[in-house]
Amino acid sequence: MAALGPLSRLAGLGCINRSRLMLNRVLQKRGIASCIDPSHGLTDEQKEFQKVAFDFAANEMAPNMAEWDQKEIFPVETMRKAAQLGFGGIYVRPDVGGSGLSRLDTSIIFEALSTGCVSTTAYISIHNMCAWMIDTFGNTNQREKYCPDLCSMERFASYCLTEPGSGSDAASLLTSAQQKGDHYVLNGSKAFISGGGDTDVYVVMCRTGGKGSKGISCLVVEKGTPGLSFGKKEKKVGWNSQPTRAVIFEDCAVPVTNRLGEEGQGFSIAMKGLNGGRINIASCSLGAAHASVLLARDHLLVRKQFGETLANSQFLQFKLAEMATKLVAARLLVREAATALQENRPDAVSICSMAKLFVTDECFNVCNQALQMHGGYGYLKDYAVQQFVRDIRVHQILEGTNEVMRMIISRNLLTEL
Amino acid sequence: MSGRVLVGVKRVIDYAVKIRVKPDHTGVVTDGVKHSMNPFCEIAVEEAVKLKEKKLIKEVVAVSCGPQQSQETIRTALAMGADRGIHVEVSGKDYDSLGPLQVSKILAALAKKEEAQLIILGKQAIDDDCNQTGQMTAALLDWPQGTFASEVSLEAEKIKVVREIDGGLETIKINTPAVLTADLRLNTPRYATLPNIMKAKKKKIANVKPADLGVDLTSRLEVLRVDEPPQREAGVKVETVEDLVAKLKDTGKI
Repeated sequence: MAALGPLSRLAGLGCINRSRLMLNRVLQKRGIASCIDPSHGLTDEQKEFQKVAFDFAANEMAPNMAEWDQKEIFPVETMRKAAQLGFGGIYVRPDVGGSGLSRLDTSIIFEALSTGCVSTTAYISIHNMCAWMIDTFGNTNQREKYCPDLCSMERFASYCLTEPGSGSDAASLLTSAQQKGDHYVLNGSKAFISGGGDTDVYVVMCRTGGKGSKGISCLVVEKGTPGLSFGKKEKKVGWNSQPTRAVIFEDCAVPVTNRLGEEGQGFSIAMKGLNGGRINIASCSLGAAHASVLLARDHLLVRKQFGETLANSQFLQFKLAEMATKLVAARLLVREAATALQENRPDAVSICSMAKLFVTDECFNVCNQALQMHGGYGYLKDYAVQQFVRDIRVHQILEGTNEVMRMIISRNLLTEL
Repeated sequence: MSGRVLVGVKRVIDYAVKIRVKPDHTGVVTDGVKHSMNPFCEIAVEEAVKLKEKKLIKEVVAVSCGPQQSQETIRTALAMGADRGIHVEVSGKDYDSLGPLQVSKILAALAKKEEAQLIILGKQAIDDDCNQTGQMTAALLDWPQGTFASEVSLEAEKIKVVREIDGGLETIKINTPAVLTADLRLNTPRYATLPNIMKAKKKKIANVKPADLGVDLTSRLEVLRVDEPPQREAGVKVETVEDLVAKLKDTGKI
């Protein structure tokens, strides 16, 4: 990069492009891309967590993310390494092997990990959600039986709510669990289960009672239980480092002692899990958007057309600024939602939904625009930006579609007391 | 030998950052720029923590000389497993002119005060590339030194050090107390774990002033000017060997 001295002199002579000078001045004075630095406003301890997550993402995940995507590898060893650092049960209580951190700490960690590989981080967040559900709603035996292995990722977990016939209308699920003596016998199937077939512990929402949400209970089903089988591995646009399969129950007998909480409490447990899950998924989108903005920025500084670098185009400068602004706004909303959930604020459910809605939509747009800025190169699999776009597209759909998020928010606004 | 190890850790500009020279050519831009622990210091901390895990030493003390922000670097060392920290406060003009001579005086004073058995440092810092602090510290203390260590093993009252030198690998045995400096292949530093980061919060960092240690911070060096490396210029093609020799003579290369 040219020494700045000559540039200032030339600017004085009025013969250098003003925008280039401004860019250099900003870079020199305020530090590189510091307006989107995700460590602003964090405590020293949170900065340490974030640093470990960023380092892990850069060293252990980013070099492999393309291969994991192209070869559809479920990176068990890497995830276990992450678990050794405490990422297996981030907000699970320490007495069963968790790290006992807050929702905000968790968001910061997933945002950083996501810059290394969105798909793997998203799976880790789903695993965390399941571990938390057992930690929070399980009795002592269940917590001691499952949580330590989940926190160390000795065993992996999957969250089973969606069915072929019930996605957004989750409460209409049909998988039945009939009590026969000291077992429930499960019949039915779940669809689109992340990790399905490769994971060991399945947290399953099933119908033990009548229609609607009040008839749903939550059971923990272990792989290898007779009557538990899996569909074919789905071929997806993204999230390829985690297998997705249908989970099928055919007269699958599960001990009653595997039920989390009371009969009829299952839907509430599922939704409470999802509040945190939505923050986590939004955090994964943030990481992808952050990485994409940096990639776009680097490309603008290097790619030349019409005799100058793309960074000299005011349109692209403004576009990049808009992307950065949306990224920071999104980040603030997620972090506020995390705090609201941690403190059990009355607005927790709504703000988690708002965060999921806004952040997944905006971050997808940011990544998509970053791809556009790369021109033809953005479409090549040699460049990471397309994987960020493909991987976070599904965040607008799962853990509650963004349409369902609007339902939750509008209900809060329009319900008369 | 079961004693105390001092590990020096330096806060430097992160290795991934593009360095920019200040317009007044007095130094490089540090404001708002990402900083982290010198990579060789990370290797030094890792080695010290490993020795403690093998129960060969009792306590690891992380030391850093610099302004308030140096405490972040000490916290990272604590999160990796150091037991406590010492922050030697140096700021402003003193910090700008802080170099190996001053730091080694500080480390020597601390080593005596803390009754350290071993000092482990990185072989050099990635900002000034001096590669002097370890050697100077050993000289001031009149201790043996094992520099560019790629392997360290404690045997009874001696330390066996395999050193990476230009000719290959050299193995030496030195008495304790001693100074070691870590080279790249000594080990792979661990990631701090979340529980260790939380435990690090409770570990103590003592504040010390250089004056308390009787150290004079006056620098014997004055930085005249800092410039970027010269821009790479276009080469010139020549037709014959005679032309090449003539050109080389012209530009004073031979």
